[in-house]
Amino acid sequence: MADTTPAKKDRWASGVTPYAEMGYWDSDYEPKSTDVLCAFRITPQEGVDAIEAAAAVAGESSTATWTVVWTDRLTPHEHYQAKAYKVDEVPGTPGQYIALIAYDIDLFEEGSIANLTSSIIGNVFGFKALKALRLEDMRIPTAYVKTFPGPPHGIVMEREYLDKFGRPLIGATTKPKLGLSAKNYGRVVYEALRGGLDFTKDDENINSQPFMRWRDRYLHSMEAVNRAAAATGEVKGHYLNVTAATMEDMYERAEFAKEIGSIIIMMDLTVGYTAMSSMSKWARANGLILHLHRAGHGTYTRQKTHGVSFRVIAKWCRLLGVDHIHAGTVVGKLEGDPNMVMGYYDVLRQRYNTINPQQGIYFDQDWASLPAVMPVASGGIHAGQMHQLLHYLGEDVVLQFGGGTIGHPMGIAAGATANRVAVEAIIQARNEGQDYYSEGPDILVKAAKGCPELDAALEVWKDITFEFTSTDTPDVTETPTAS
Amino acid sequence: MRITQGTFSYLPDLTDEQIDAQLRYSLRNGWAIMIERTDDPHPRNSLWEMWGQPMFDLPEDESEVVLREVRAVREAFPQQYAKVVAYDRSLGRQTTALSFIVNRPDDEPGFRLDRQEHGDRQIRYTIHAYAVEQPVGRRYGVGGSATTSNGASADGGDGSAG
Repeated sequence: MADTTPAKKDRWASGVTPYAEMGYWDSDYEPKSTDVLCAFRITPQEGVDAIEAAAAVAGESSTATWTVVWTDRLTPHEHYQAKAYKVDEVPGTPGQYIALIAYDIDLFEEGSIANLTSSIIGNVFGFKALKALRLEDMRIPTAYVKTFPGPPHGIVMEREYLDKFGRPLIGATTKPKLGLSAKNYGRVVYEALRGGLDFTKDDENINSQPFMRWRDRYLHSMEAVNRAAAATGEVKGHYLNVTAATMEDMYERAEFAKEIGSIIIMMDLTVGYTAMSSMSKWARANGLILHLHRAGHGTYTRQKTHGVSFRVIAKWCRLLGVDHIHAGTVVGKLEGDPNMVMGYYDVLRQRYNTINPQQGIYFDQDWASLPAVMPVASGGIHAGQMHQLLHYLGEDVVLQFGGGTIGHPMGIAAGATANRVAVEAIIQARNEGQDYYSEGPDILVKAAKGCPELDAALEVWKDITFEFTSTDTPDVTETPTAS
Repeated sequence: MRITQGTFSYLPDLTDEQIDAQLRYSLRNGWAIMIERTDDPHPRNSLWEMWGQPMFDLPEDESEVVLREVRAVREAFPQQYAKVVAYDRSLGRQTTALSFIVNRPDDEPGFRLDRQEHGDRQIRYTIHAYAVEQPVGRRYGVGGSATTSNGASADGGDGSAG
């Protein structure tokens, strides 16, 4: 047989040149402080070299196409080419590699997540030479961060507006998600808010269906919000979902929400980055808090080898600007390894993220004073877990107890009261210096002595846990330190 | 009714020992502490009257200094709301860290919800505290105003706030 190793082809000769030889691999490259950096998890097809696969990802997510084109020579192509500069095998997982790729900031339009994502995840995920590809993390340089608006209000402004400090905010999603008439819907909102919740929420798929059109829902919800505010003397809110088929419809609903005095609206991730950015701009201009439900994210965030990690979605949403975003519960019914979830929360709340492999954070990230986003924990949580929720998720979070409020045996308002008493009791104990995490159950039982609502909640949900193994886990595990 | 503003309003009223524990927690965190009081409990009244100046740089073991002021504001305005506000000046926060009520009137009449009907089934809502039907200082009955001539801090800002 003839030697199958071809003689090295000239870079510019017509035909196919390996990506690595076209400049998309440069092991000596030192990333600039203005580069966008990406960490991709690549799973090459059998027989495909990991470095060539990484170079292909760099190429296809920047300037390259499958064959040599002479028109590259009309540009300073070295500048526009993305460079894969590091490829490491994933420890303990043969066949998977983490590739670090640098992109010059000139590749991206200012303030446009749509443009950033069209480049970086636009083409490469269907690339045949790869079995699978996942964007694990992204470092956004300060110069690029400063072209984004960030949250319309942010955690500090939201708390000052609500006049609620020093404890997690608590809320509930109206249940059943579908089928309630507007008046019945308003009943659920009123009971939950007067019982002690700060917020109630439309679910992601409540938009404007035949059983309840949006305008009727909005009017009845605002009656409920205002009655509850008068009953308690607190600022209350109901997230009115403005998700709709067109931007025009979304603006119409948002305008109406403002007109009738709502302090907060929400939208779903399914509307897309441009629509979200538009609503962010609207929310800043009109003073409404903007909540984001991450509907659909599991289709591309959950599997460890494919898609885009939620920490990257969280970064994009902080940049384009939302005030709230669902980010996982650790203890509830939905997917979420504790370390991974804590990483998402850090991405949303910290001023500066430092590399933390344990939490899946691959890069340092300076947020350049961009305000923090309030993470929202929702899905299968209840009052009996309050100490765990505070331990894992901290104070700047909205805890959403949907079933855990509306399913209370004594009624919706009682369910709300149980949650409020539980959160205040745990905060009080923590501030007093108690080991609230390990003593949590006792603290709650003691608080329940003066609160039959909490007592009933602890009894009905005492054995409810969701013990399933997470699919999206860190590659490294913590080595216990000797004490 | 019971106004449930503040971090601990769903718990039984805190004892002085419990208040002290929260003060020590706040001082441990390096937060400044301020006391504020009002007889206008509207949920969007974000400017309660300051009781003196904020207390900066207190060490944890001097929480008694704050507690003395809590007792003083209660004595001066027994029938008003008073709250402890712990403030975090750290970069990126620069806001209140903890805020809880330490005094409230014996009788809290609460709020009336006024509705003004508009076209298209819209309603304009106004939350109206019954107490503010009386002038500042005469709300919540006897004791709503200063009972001592406690110096400049006692009723300082009320003229313009009413």
